[in-house]
Amino acid sequence: MAYFAEIPLVLIDVQRGGPSTGMPTRTQQADLLLAAYASHGDTKHVMLFPQDPRELFEFAAQAFDLAERLQTPIFVMEDLDIGMNEWLCEPFTWDDARVYDRGKVMSAEELESGKLFGRYLDVDGDAIPWRTLPGTHPTKGAYFTRGSSHDKMAKYTEEGEAYQEVMQRLLRKFETAKAYVPAPVVRRAKEKTGFGAIYFGSTAPAMDEALAALEDQGLHLDTLRLRSFPFSEAVSEFINAHDQVFLVEQNRDAQMRMLLVNECGIDPARFISVLQYDGTPVTARFIIDAIAARMRLPAREAAE
Amino acid sequence: MTYIVKPRLRHPALPVNKLGFTHRDYEGTVSTLCAGCGHDSISAAIIQACFELAIEPHRVAKLSGIGCSSKTPTYFLGQSHGFNSVHGRMPSVLTGANLANKDLIYLGVSGDGDSASIGLGQFVHCIRRGVNMVYITENNGVYGLTKGQFSATADKGSKSKGGASNMDTALDLASMALMVGASFVGRSFSGDKEQMVPLIMAAMRHPGPAFIDIVSPCVAFNNHAGSTKAYDFVRAHNEAVNSLDIMEPRNPITVEYAPGTTEEVALHDGSTLRLAKLDASYDPHDRIMAMAYLQAKAAKGEFVTGLIYMDRQAGDLHANLGTVDAPLNSLSEKELCPGAKALDGFNTSHR
Repeated sequence: MAYFAEIPLVLIDVQRGGPSTGMPTRTQQADLLLAAYASHGDTKHVMLFPQDPRELFEFAAQAFDLAERLQTPIFVMEDLDIGMNEWLCEPFTWDDARVYDRGKVMSAEELESGKLFGRYLDVDGDAIPWRTLPGTHPTKGAYFTRGSSHDKMAKYTEEGEAYQEVMQRLLRKFETAKAYVPAPVVRRAKEKTGFGAIYFGSTAPAMDEALAALEDQGLHLDTLRLRSFPFSEAVSEFINAHDQVFLVEQNRDAQMRMLLVNECGIDPARFISVLQYDGTPVTARFIIDAIAARMRLPAREAAE
Repeated sequence: MTYIVKPRLRHPALPVNKLGFTHRDYEGTVSTLCAGCGHDSISAAIIQACFELAIEPHRVAKLSGIGCSSKTPTYFLGQSHGFNSVHGRMPSVLTGANLANKDLIYLGVSGDGDSASIGLGQFVHCIRRGVNMVYITENNGVYGLTKGQFSATADKGSKSKGGASNMDTALDLASMALMVGASFVGRSFSGDKEQMVPLIMAAMRHPGPAFIDIVSPCVAFNNHAGSTKAYDFVRAHNEAVNSLDIMEPRNPITVEYAPGTTEEVALHDGSTLRLAKLDASYDPHDRIMAMAYLQAKAAKGEFVTGLIYMDRQAGDLHANLGTVDAPLNSLSEKELCPGAKALDGFNTSHR
């Protein structure tokens, strides 16, 4: 409903081992698809992937800004390992000059000046409509919103054209989101390489350790740490610039791979999944073994 | 579904309230419910109550779930903010809105399907948290939008239009509201506008969780012999424990009652609620007695209406939480953010 009625909302998903009650005290990254396309009907949701408690602190605050700017639910995808276990991280910092982003909220003065208001009207071309806070103005700015289909003025409608117009704008708004969400972090190897690795969330410290060890063995990889969904152009550029991309995930079904294949239209054969989902935090040793074994295969064998 | 806007014609002699609004200013669009639906009478009572209280329409937030009842907010208070949410979720959406801005009047409209089945948990928790609101259920005992299956408030033994008997125990929402802490509980009948209007007015003036269960017969699927929520049955079996009257501070009392049969309750805005006791033994400020009375009457097949309970010392969620006076949605970084220095202290405490 928050997606369709365009209500700012922040949801923090502490991902424990599933399915069902699963392993309630163990860690996984297995709610990605659930959150990305949550609810029935066509939906897509913004997700953030913090790497440690410090980034979680930053993303949690940013999530509120994003929710109000984009007027949609923001899922902060926290691995249980970050949410429940003790971590060593840099101290949290806060910039006192920072201003909250309340997004497009029309004031009583703006309404009074005759500015056009339609709750689901795209006036700025970025697919984000304006909203009013209830009680703002005696005669202007009130609207009746709903989880059911509506037109640009928030009126109930079952007219296909009006419904599709709203649905198409929501899709454009998801494109707009790419410019606001945290960008991926790309790190180049010391030597030019055809291998890349993508990872996210609590995998980061183990990945750092694994990359250093692999480099000592003469195995070089460029890396990209995903920090948000929808994926920006930089993500598909990174994947397309490499022959093979390791994708390290803490779930059984390679959910991030599915998302990347689905959303970026990438050939699934480019990815080599490195999956660890036994409920314990992923270790550097596991990543080193999986990646080194594959990188040392003769080229012909690796291609099969 | 149609969306019919009423023509804005205004008779010059149309009475205005003290804000200069006419009755028409509190109406919505034309109802698309069945002709004769009890829900439309409730909408009319809400319109009347808001007109008489001279409420500014834009200071009301009207919220609903899904169902025939939940469609009705379109048909009243066309200048108010509205939210037709999803099945059984009105209480949560209302709670959120109330937390964001406690200065608006919150009117939640729901039905027996919406509140007694899918939204039962929401109904209970919204009331027990003490959200300042008027929560009305338009209770017809059936799922009207899906052609008349029994709802959870259908009485045991009540007959469906097709002749089947309901074998499940009925939930009584008024009793449940009393049990979980509603500080104002009323029950009425959509065919009794004289009772509904002052009840809704009193509920709107009440500074806490006010719940009104209004039996509203479904003319299409639950208005036949054998149904305990048909017009004829409800008329024959309802018993009002009191009648209400709201008096503005300077309005003279025009109707005289025999001494000892009326009680006047000062409302927090300076107006007075006058209760005429139709049952002299009934005390609407005694919660335990009210619960027992409802059950005793229900066991006899009777149906109690009127002001069932009112706590004169009612508080609300914001008082319980100790929130600041200003609406939370008006606060800025200045009030909300503890800042870098406080964060440094937090960091230090973890070393």
